[in-house]
Amino acid sequence: MKLLLIAESREGKLLGSSSELTCFAKQMNADSVMLLVGNDNDLPAYNGTLYLADPAQAGEFNPAVHKQLVLEVVAKEQPDMIVLSHSSYGWDLAPRLAVALNAAQISEVVEVKQDGLLVPVCNAKLRRQVKPDTEICVVTLQAGAFTPSEELTGTPVVVKLTADGEGNILFQGYEAAEETGVDLSKAEVVVSAGRGIGKPENLEMIAALAKALKGEFGASRPVVDAEWAEHSRQVGTTGQTVSPKLYVACGISGAIQHLAGMKKSEFIVAINTDKDAPIGEVADVLAVVDLKQLVPILTEKLSA
Amino acid sequence: MKILVCIKQVPDMESKFKANAAGDWFDSSDLAWRMNEYDEYSVEQAIQLKGQVGDADLTVLCIGGEQVKETMKKALAMGCDRGVHILDEQSYQRDPFAIASLIASFARDKDFDVIFTGLQSQDRGSAQVGVMVAELLGLPALTTLVEFAYDNGTINGKRELEGGTRGKVSCKTPALVTCQLGLNTPRYPTLPNIMKAKKKELISIPASDLGASDSRSQSLKLAPPEKKGSGLILEGEPAEIADQLIRILKEKTTVLA
Ligand SMILES: Cc1cc2nc3c(=O)[nH]c(=O)nc-3n(C[C@H](O)[C@H](O)[C@H](O)COP(=O)(O)OP(=O)(O)OC[C@H]3O[C@@H](n4cnc5c(N)ncnc54)[C@H](O)[C@@H]3O)c2cc1C
Ligand SMILES: Nc1ncnc2c1ncn2[C@@H]1O[C@H](COP(=O)(O)O)[C@@H](O)[C@H]1O
Repeated sequence: MKLLLIAESREGKLLGSSSELTCFAKQMNADSVMLLVGNDNDLPAYNGTLYLADPAQAGEFNPAVHKQLVLEVVAKEQPDMIVLSHSSYGWDLAPRLAVALNAAQISEVVEVKQDGLLVPVCNAKLRRQVKPDTEICVVTLQAGAFTPSEELTGTPVVVKLTADGEGNILFQGYEAAEETGVDLSKAEVVVSAGRGIGKPENLEMIAALAKALKGEFGASRPVVDAEWAEHSRQVGTTGQTVSPKLYVACGISGAIQHLAGMKKSEFIVAINTDKDAPIGEVADVLAVVDLKQLVPILTEKLSA
Repeated sequence: MKILVCIKQVPDMESKFKANAAGDWFDSSDLAWRMNEYDEYSVEQAIQLKGQVGDADLTVLCIGGEQVKETMKKALAMGCDRGVHILDEQSYQRDPFAIASLIASFARDKDFDVIFTGLQSQDRGSAQVGVMVAELLGLPALTTLVEFAYDNGTINGKRELEGGTRGKVSCKTPALVTCQLGLNTPRYPTLPNIMKAKKKELISIPASDLGASDSRSQSLKLAPPEKKGSGLILEGEPAEIADQLIRILKEKTTVLA
């Protein structure tokens, strides 16, 4: 078994997820080579061949050109599997490769099984074991599912690639996330509101509980998207990452993108009417109850 | 301008799920169904685009069994002009490539200027179908958009990246875009529009007429995750739960000290 690992860089810097690709290769017990469009002064800790293309030439985000680079390496190396992160870069590029190679694609792999890969279904309430039917396949890995237990070391053998072609979309640079109003990462307690609060008025009871616990209130994405709370309060992959002493998730189902922002909290309490909500997987305590009933009583008792 | 928006009907994620008899997908009985959340944003964006350019025809497409018509009617009531239902009772057995090949086969000779899909479906969550449709049709694809603007044959978009950074991208139409949560504020259909939608065209095409490609992967098994959660579960009266919680916080954390 031979894997082609596709690492990523952003604004000239290698992203840490490259170590997850290496960790996956180890779990698959497979040989591998790696491809990166990135700078030659910021290389992954990787013992193997690294095909490297210059972003000044290939564009840091230029899917059509990056696809050609991958296809070139595929032709040379004949891998059985192409592995990317399930990230904004990976889920954009992977289907392009799958179509070009007539290959099966398996998205968001969380675990390797004897005869297939495990992926989440229905907000992680179920897991599906999938097997590719094609000789070569493309997979993306869920962020954080394959983290090496220790820091990797190694120096790659670099083989330079030259890119050509223009691509059919134009990348015009980055726009930084809004300057944050609140810095949740400093709070010792974060009480977050999810869609389960039902209506914006109920945010007040979440904020009151946060205050009673001398903390800040945060929110899941739907609450921010609906403009019930400002973006600086969003916890998750596209918001803030927090690790307070106590995190209270109120009416939050526990999607992976939310968990990524809070699962390192020291103690996690979830309040949810759904006993099977995936937040239960990381919660130290799951209170199965309507938050509208529990939160005001809890606040009152804490303030007494 | 001709616009296509592809939507999927998915179960409410708060449902209880179990595997079906074959063990290859979830059991679809006793579930409440709705429009895939990501697709609500694409429908809204498509309607806004139609409103902007004025002279436009907006088709909503959905692959699935008879029951998906309910969800299509919502899209029509929101403002799509016509519906194309690709009838396929077993669509859940098709992998994203096979679904994409059906959509591409329908769209190939229709000259759509803009095709909208969701970033991903909430049940399968593959984030594949949209980009694959674009690749099969040879169109540029802008993915994960949280901002969309159209100006005289050019789409200017912002892609959402990890950490909330955005990537500014643009391309010429015809093109496909995949929509991320928060792109806009999806409208609710009004009662008069729900009535009007009943008269809108909604045609059904059997999937077999479109010649789908075979799936390239297969589901071997479906099961709940092996419970890693070792947390304590509290149930009962809210006041009792509150007391228990406070006791636990005093014992296990320092935040009440
Ligand atoms: C690329 C990408 C990035 C993303 N980034 C983020 C991010 O940074 N942060 C983020 O949060 N999400 C993010 N998401 C969205 C994420 O996938 C989920 O859609 C989102 O986290 C769901 O929010 P929620 O749990 O509040 O809502 P839902 O999933 O709708 O859950 C609501 C929960 O409330 C419970 N509930 C309902 N009523 C009550 C009640 N009365 N009392 C108690 N419980 C109740 C329900 O049982 C349910 O579990 C991202 C998605 C993508 C694709
Ligand atoms: N059965 C379907 N019918 C129509 N469109 C679909 C279907 N399945 C997926 N799509 C579209 O493809 C997007 C991505 O789906 P997926 O690749 O399954 O995550 C969805 O948001 C829809 O826009």
